[in-house]
Amino acid sequence: MSTLRQRMSALLAVLNAEADRLDRPVNLMEVCGTHTVAACRSGIHALMPNNVRLLSGPGCPVCVTAQRYIDALVRLGARADVTLATYGDMVRVAGEGGSLELARSNGADVRVVTSTIEAVDIAQREPQRQVVFAAVGFETTAPASAACVLEAQRRGLTNFAILPCHKLVIPAMRTLLDDPQTRIDGFLCPGHVSVVIGSAVYDEIVARYNRPCVVGGFEALQMMESVLALVRQLVAMQGGARARNENLYPQVVRAQGNPHARALIDRVFAPGDSAWRALGVMEDSGLDLREEFADFDAFRRFGIVLGDDREPPGCRCGEVITGRCEPNDCKLFGTVCTPIYPVGPCMVSSEGACQAWFKYRRARMKISAPRREEVTA
Amino acid sequence: MCLAIPARVERVEDTAAWVRLGDAQVRVQLDMTPQAGVGDWVLVHAGFAIQQLDEDDVRAIWESLGELDAARLNEGATP
Ligand code: SF4
Repeated sequence: MSTLRQRMSALLAVLNAEADRLDRPVNLMEVCGTHTVAACRSGIHALMPNNVRLLSGPGCPVCVTAQRYIDALVRLGARADVTLATYGDMVRVAGEGGSLELARSNGADVRVVTSTIEAVDIAQREPQRQVVFAAVGFETTAPASAACVLEAQRRGLTNFAILPCHKLVIPAMRTLLDDPQTRIDGFLCPGHVSVVIGSAVYDEIVARYNRPCVVGGFEALQMMESVLALVRQLVAMQGGARARNENLYPQVVRAQGNPHARALIDRVFAPGDSAWRALGVMEDSGLDLREEFADFDAFRRFGIVLGDDREPPGCRCGEVITGRCEPNDCKLFGTVCTPIYPVGPCMVSSEGACQAWFKYRRARMKISAPRREEVTA
Repeated sequence: MCLAIPARVERVEDTAAWVRLGDAQVRVQLDMTPQAGVGDWVLVHAGFAIQQLDEDDVRAIWESLGELDAARLNEGATP
């Protein structure tokens, strides 16, 4: 038996013992899409004690992007003078008017970039084009969007803009906790978002809602350790203890985050209302360009007004990303909706819960019960 | 979109650096890690170094990300 397996078995034994002390079943939510993928890949769900459920949260940037934003992008892409630059994950998500991939096959100039600076480079190389970067994602990608605006300004480019649609993690967590339909007992907080914003920001959630927050790494063992830390806290809370904010990933996540990254966000953006899939418009849950950078705002430059959202019929992505149902509760899961022919964004995105379940959990689910008994024996 | 990978800085040019990712040299921006110099480790995300790292911690992070990252690269996803 490998050391890794020994450590996992030991951890599982402790986790099972702790979970036995819980006086009710508990729901823990992994907020980050990368955690969802890691959990599905390593089969962690199947190893959970019977009274501990691990729910996927609103941490997949593509999945939380409202339909109306995708529609605006597709409409923008239809303009002959516009080049859209985007991270690859966004290309296949469909709005009402189809996806950027479809738009591209109809002649739109859509280019996948791996860095925001590449988008600025395109604008510099091709001054006859209006280059618009689709600025999506959480606080991990927001500083890079801020940096590209500053870089475009430095280079004096007048043909570069961003369509800002960034999302902030804390307002989403707050909204989930305020929702009486959702019962979340503790959060496994996003690792790399926390690199930027710091672990101390979860103090607010812990204090206001008395829910434990644990920042953890992405390896199976690290995730198990995070789950154990949450369960331990919940057991202690039965005896009257208050929830705590724990950082189990101090190698990369500091209490105050990365001050340079935070300063970049603050320099270019200010918090503003933002429309989320399923969660609706939440106050100060997104980032608007500051007035000083209005020239780089594609909403203003092209007079874009966001329309309404219409979700794909039958798709339950909204419930999946708020922990109200699991991917296989959706009737379309694995039948009509697969990674090759995805219906909703949760199946499109490589960080979406439906795609992660489809790829890694379908096969494992069948063997989960005996495997669990074998490990806990 | 939120996955980040450790890499060592090999060359610095103005506000950017060249880091080694596997066999490839990749250009990353240092806007968020302005103190990083040649030989330092940084956490790379979507073309930017988002954190400077202690060398001691890097091996553990690599182990935790190696498998996940390989899967992503095989699937052609963006970082
Ligand atoms: S399985 Fe497909 S249709 Fe169902 S919720 Fe997931 S993405 Fe939507």
